[in-house]
Amino acid sequence: MEITVQEFKHCDMVTVKGRVDSATAPQLAHALDSAHNGGKYKLVVDMSGLEYMSSAGFRALLAAQRNSKRYNRGEVVLASVPDRIREALELAGFTELFKTFDDPLLAVGHF
Amino acid sequence: MQSVQYPAKFEFLDEIRDFVGDIARQNGFGSKEVYGIQLATDEAASNIIEHAYEHISDGVLELSCGFKGGAITVILVDHGEPFDPSEIPMPDLKADLSDRKIGGLGIFLMRKLMDEVHYDSQPGKNSNTLTMIKRKR
Repeated sequence: MEITVQEFKHCDMVTVKGRVDSATAPQLAHALDSAHNGGKYKLVVDMSGLEYMSSAGFRALLAAQRNSKRYNRGEVVLASVPDRIREALELAGFTELFKTFDDPLLAVGHF
Repeated sequence: MQSVQYPAKFEFLDEIRDFVGDIARQNGFGSKEVYGIQLATDEAASNIIEHAYEHISDGVLELSCGFKGGAITVILVDHGEPFDPSEIPMPDLKADLSDRKIGGLGIFLMRKLMDEVHYDSQPGKNSNTLTMIKRKR
């Protein structure tokens, strides 16, 4: 799994490629925490290269969303969510907790 | 039924998913169902590694998988602490962000993705068996 972070004027984009499970979810959590520690609470998670995500990944996203939305500092939005992952997020009842965008740049633009 | 053993460590989840995914695919499950079977198995294995073997560093996971009677069966056996999924309450999917509980999500997904989830614990033998079944549509 590979994570890259790109800074934009109004938000940061965290691009996740590969598979997020209990082994790799801590790296995702760390990347999101780092953004928060750097004062960045408006985050786009670009999932265009994401092949797989288990509940370990969902938990990392949920924790980041709570942190971002606290004191109205920002929010975490999801971009280019693959079908299989979207279906799992729906099953888990997570789709109502995150705005989703088809295109990462549209997500960046919404901030 | 094919059987394989893995160290109870998260780094083996890739291989665990591949093992059941290959058997599911070979037996004609569609890509969405294959993903679901892999995800359910991942969630089950992760729970075992995290909870059953919480205090054990060299635990072993025995994984069996086979297709028979139009259904795939996935069996996970561990020799750690008994952990009964039916004792975990279901997450509240309507709770808002601050109230949403993180725990129980893995088991919830297992139950949604598979047709049957059975848990059998034999404390005297220090053996716990999780069986999941999914019928091909």
